[in-house]
Amino acid sequence: MSTRTSYLAGKVRVAAFGVFATLTLNFFLFRVLPGDAVSSMARVPDGSVELKEALMRQFGLDKSLWGQYLDYLAQLAQGNMGVSYASLRPVTGEVLAALGNTVPMTLLGIALAILVGTTTGVVAAWRHDTLVDSIISNVATVIYSAPTQWIAIMLILAMAQYLPVSGASDPFAFAADAWSVAIDRLKHMILPSLTLALATFGQYTLVTRSAVLATLGDDHVAAAKAIGFPVRRILTGYALPNALIPIVTLGALSAGTVVGGSVVVETVFSWPGIGRAMYDSIIQRDFPMLQGALLVVTVAVILINLAADIVNMKLDPRIVE
Amino acid sequence: MSPVEPTALGGLDASNAPAWNPGRALGPKLVVAIVVLASFALVALVGRFLNLDPGAIDVAHIFQPPSMEHWLGTDDAGRDIFMQLIIGAWPSLVVGLSAAAVAVLIGGTVGILAGYSRGWLDLVLLRVMDYFIVVPALPFAMVITAVWGPGLGHMILVIAILLWSTTARVVRAQVKSGRERLYVIRARMLGASHLHVLLRHILPQALPLIGTTGSLAVALAILTQAALEFFGLAGTAVLSWGSMIRFAFQRDAMLNGAWWMVAPPGICICIVITACYWLAQCLETALNPRLRTTDLRVRSFRVLAVSRGER
Repeated sequence: MSTRTSYLAGKVRVAAFGVFATLTLNFFLFRVLPGDAVSSMARVPDGSVELKEALMRQFGLDKSLWGQYLDYLAQLAQGNMGVSYASLRPVTGEVLAALGNTVPMTLLGIALAILVGTTTGVVAAWRHDTLVDSIISNVATVIYSAPTQWIAIMLILAMAQYLPVSGASDPFAFAADAWSVAIDRLKHMILPSLTLALATFGQYTLVTRSAVLATLGDDHVAAAKAIGFPVRRILTGYALPNALIPIVTLGALSAGTVVGGSVVVETVFSWPGIGRAMYDSIIQRDFPMLQGALLVVTVAVILINLAADIVNMKLDPRIVE
Repeated sequence: MSPVEPTALGGLDASNAPAWNPGRALGPKLVVAIVVLASFALVALVGRFLNLDPGAIDVAHIFQPPSMEHWLGTDDAGRDIFMQLIIGAWPSLVVGLSAAAVAVLIGGTVGILAGYSRGWLDLVLLRVMDYFIVVPALPFAMVITAVWGPGLGHMILVIAILLWSTTARVVRAQVKSGRERLYVIRARMLGASHLHVLLRHILPQALPLIGTTGSLAVALAILTQAALEFFGLAGTAVLSWGSMIRFAFQRDAMLNGAWWMVAPPGICICIVITACYWLAQCLETALNPRLRTTDLRVRSFRVLAVSRGER
């Protein structure tokens, strides 16, 4: 087996372990809950013990813990994450629909954050130990220190007259052609994505700055300098590529933070995504939904990290040794 | 101070200009961070032990903008925001500090155990650490607090459980390399017990690192706490900066344009966390002098004009 394959196999094994740990944790976390949904559902007028037992059987809560766990794994393997207590619809469909709303908004935010973060980071490294560097680094740190929900509310206070601040589309829109629907959606996306970008770009700035700074001292950069290439070419063509590995790795590690940020953003802006679904299901004690959302979110983050490992291997084949 | 020439390679050989010296710039930052943290601690103590009162519910004066009477205005019930801010300092800082302390304690112990033990225990602990580093902290914290129910104690534990792994990872690496040092091996050869080696030789090596990751942990803990409080997972009994932001959001501060309900607690959190980051940064630079030397920095050679003489 080549070193590449064994490196990949190792990474896949770690990811698989992570997914399995998540499944298990996700199951047992919810079994120690006080206040089950059935007792509140059975608390209707004239609710009898029989009704409660029937509900328990319906949701499979009468089996032993171990039996429930095996049931859970078997059902999950078939893509069944149970039925939402609140909407009585399959969780899988609900979660995937929510995920479909989350992904474009988050991607836009992340793209903005990475664009701003790497640019400012490269500039700060280039101008290192100058006033420019000091301003960039400190502003990035201060903005990164602000709570996401606070940035969101401040943006609403400032921008509510100009941009929609709630939901993913205008419920009273008349035009139904694809173009105006897309424009409407994009308008609704601006503030949530901007919040997410503001809340996360600081870490990309700081990581890029130190990674690029470390490569600026390399021989090949000195050689490029000696040849007389323009600054832009040296930075983007020679210094940045070698600095990409820490940036990609930390970018993937920050996926967890970004997911957390999007939960907050979606709650503030009523964006019908997976974070909003988590918040709603906590309020409604809708555990299958919460469980499904947490599972999908965690597995997504684990997969992003696996992808980052593979990208890093492409960027620097030496990494496998 | 000669400015960096824009026509040349700019910052690529910025050392020609004795510009912003990190050594000099470091001093004020550290002082600012410590002064800021100390004064916030003082305010928190005042808020805790002076029996302050944001005033009774006063429906005639709701959503009042800042004035001489109410420095930061009033909230939806006509209570003084400034007083709430001072009272809210204590829970905000205490939860952050205790959660970080618990996280560092767990992380330090696990890190030392893993780094010192090697073998299967190390491997198992490493897997667990990796898992907790990757896991999305806030959703997990939301779920666990939802499961356990609200309360300051629960929140401290939940945040600690999600934050210990970074410290553990860093400490493990340090201990692993420290363990192979010659003097540590010699101490073992001379018959020192594992406990003695750990306490006397390994721990002092790891302590500075624990300080750095500790102040980062405080920052993260305060942010996580504010987020959990924003979701209403901390209970409604405690008034803190995080719950002030929640109240402002829930009680239509935005519709009334009452920015003074939102801005102050957020700015306070922002200042405290920036101070924590700066503290960590200064500690790291102070403890790791190599960060300042050329092997990580731009290599450059200064040609001194004779007339400029000695610098």
